[in-house]
Amino acid sequence: MPAVSKTATLSPAAAVPVPGASAEIVAFRPPVRPALERAGEIVRHLAGVILPPLIVIALSLFVWQLLCSEPGARLPPPTKVVADAWDFIVDPFYDNGGIDKGAFWQISKSLGRVAIGFSFAAVVGIALGVLIGQSTWAMRGLDPIFQVLRTVPPLAWLPLSLAGFRHADPSALFVIFITSIWPIIINTSVGVRNIPQDYRNVAAVIRLSWWEVFWKITLPASVPYIFTGLRIGVGLSWLAIVAAEMLIGGVGIGFFIWDAWNSSRISDIIVALVYIGIVGFLLDKLIALIGHFVSHGVAAQ
Amino acid sequence: MTQPYLKFEQIGMRFRRRQVSTEVLRDIDLTIAKGEFVSLIGHSGCGKSTLLNILGGLLQSTTGEVFLEGKVVDTPGPDRAIVFQNHSLLPWLTVYGNVAIAVDKVFGSTKSRTERHGWVMHNLELVQMAQAKDKRPHEISGGMKQRVGIARALAMQPKVLLMDEPFGALDALTRAHLQDSVMEIHARLGNTVMMITHDVDEAVLLSDRVVMMTNGPSATIGEVLAIDLPRPRRRLELATDAEYARCRAAILGFLYARHRVPARAAA
Ligand SMILES: Nc1ncnc2c1ncn2[C@@H]1O[C@H](COP(=O)(O)OP(=O)(O)O)[C@@H](O)[C@H]1O
Ligand SMILES: [Mg+2]
Repeated sequence: MPAVSKTATLSPAAAVPVPGASAEIVAFRPPVRPALERAGEIVRHLAGVILPPLIVIALSLFVWQLLCSEPGARLPPPTKVVADAWDFIVDPFYDNGGIDKGAFWQISKSLGRVAIGFSFAAVVGIALGVLIGQSTWAMRGLDPIFQVLRTVPPLAWLPLSLAGFRHADPSALFVIFITSIWPIIINTSVGVRNIPQDYRNVAAVIRLSWWEVFWKITLPASVPYIFTGLRIGVGLSWLAIVAAEMLIGGVGIGFFIWDAWNSSRISDIIVALVYIGIVGFLLDKLIALIGHFVSHGVAAQ
Repeated sequence: MTQPYLKFEQIGMRFRRRQVSTEVLRDIDLTIAKGEFVSLIGHSGCGKSTLLNILGGLLQSTTGEVFLEGKVVDTPGPDRAIVFQNHSLLPWLTVYGNVAIAVDKVFGSTKSRTERHGWVMHNLELVQMAQAKDKRPHEISGGMKQRVGIARALAMQPKVLLMDEPFGALDALTRAHLQDSVMEIHARLGNTVMMITHDVDEAVLLSDRVVMMTNGPSATIGEVLAIDLPRPRRRLELATDAEYARCRAAILGFLYARHRVPARAAA
């Protein structure tokens, strides 16, 4: 009798006690497992998650080492990369003036630019997305335009941006902004469109004002969509900053790579690529984590 | 003659979809007294929700008017709180928050912060959900969600409580618990209630009158049956009650003998 056990265990609030239900709860409760067994299970789970990537990485490094070890190989093997770039790896905080700085400073500078450009994109993108999502006609009219614009590669915006701003720094910020804003607008407006009629009915019955509907219904209801847009956007903005910095120069992990190429420091480039990948991955996880906390399980629905 | 508390006068409703206009409701006339519990029963798709939503102000009738205490109903409002079929709780708010959003809006200017808190808790206690106040909707069962939906509606102190198949999605046992709770609350507060159901036993058990609707399109009120069973009613005793059996048979006769679902409406 699954119905009985479900009611009895899930709603202790039930007004009328079900005769005989308490006896059944005991029968249905799973036996308490010893802590040791649970710990073992967790270790096994972690091993299952962590081991496969470690094995794949080790294998790849091994193959790479084999392929690039002969004399005349065009790329350095992992051992040589580590040896060449040792200073760059062990001391991320050195600062020899000019653009000769450690990895920490290069990455921080790039992250700072992303933070500014992406914040603008987030605020403007969410605001526009909410406005557009209110109207079927705005959606129909603007969506094709956004769909086209979002495919323009970051670097294609740079000349236009330089022409407009005439300075490297604001241009880089603008490129980040314009690259990452489209998925934010598109996803936010879809989220606003998809707010269930039920929520609107609730708002209508308690007579929320337009502003209250916006704060208390529209925004929280579209949070999962907004964060999907933000995650795509932050990834794009990291792509964009690296590309933009290659052209505008100065301190930053993007120009660091270009500079290393011009001085034939291939090993530094490879280390920088690894850093860029890791930072991009962490940015994505960060937004996902914030989204998880902000959405309070809305996404779980 | 005193004016009726709630009055449907010549309600008609047409929906226009592309070029096709269908008449869903016609000539609905009904008056409901204060404190009365009225159920609306009829086959699926006949227009019960449409009628309830017209009373709720979520839909505008094509013809006719609804009067509540003599005033025309034309917008949604907390005086006609609705318990929706699918609970419609806001998933990002806690159980407490879902009731509080209504209480804060409706009584924001008339009750102090502490009074409002007390009122939210009072209504949660009424439906036995006070101890789950910090849970979110996805953490509680369907029956509990429906209780919170009822608490939210009751907390608005509506003149009429509207319920659209409030227990339709629940298993039989949970449904019985909630029906008992609703009867108990109705006995205590004496609300005027209009409830949609397609469960004949539920209609007889809870209602003072059962309004039976004919099949759509162009559905209207076919018959109104007064249920003269004394309150408080107990489902176990009623199972063998002759009057209960008579009411049940009358509704079943209406629904399945005279207004069988026509083949075309089954599509
Ligand atoms: N917004 C709408 N537009 C067009 N037709 C509708 C709309 N809402 C309901 N209907 C139609 O009206 C009829 C009655 O619907 P409804 O009131 O939901 O029935 P019930 O609640 O009795 O099952 C159905 O045939 C349905 O298709
Ligand atoms: Mg319905």
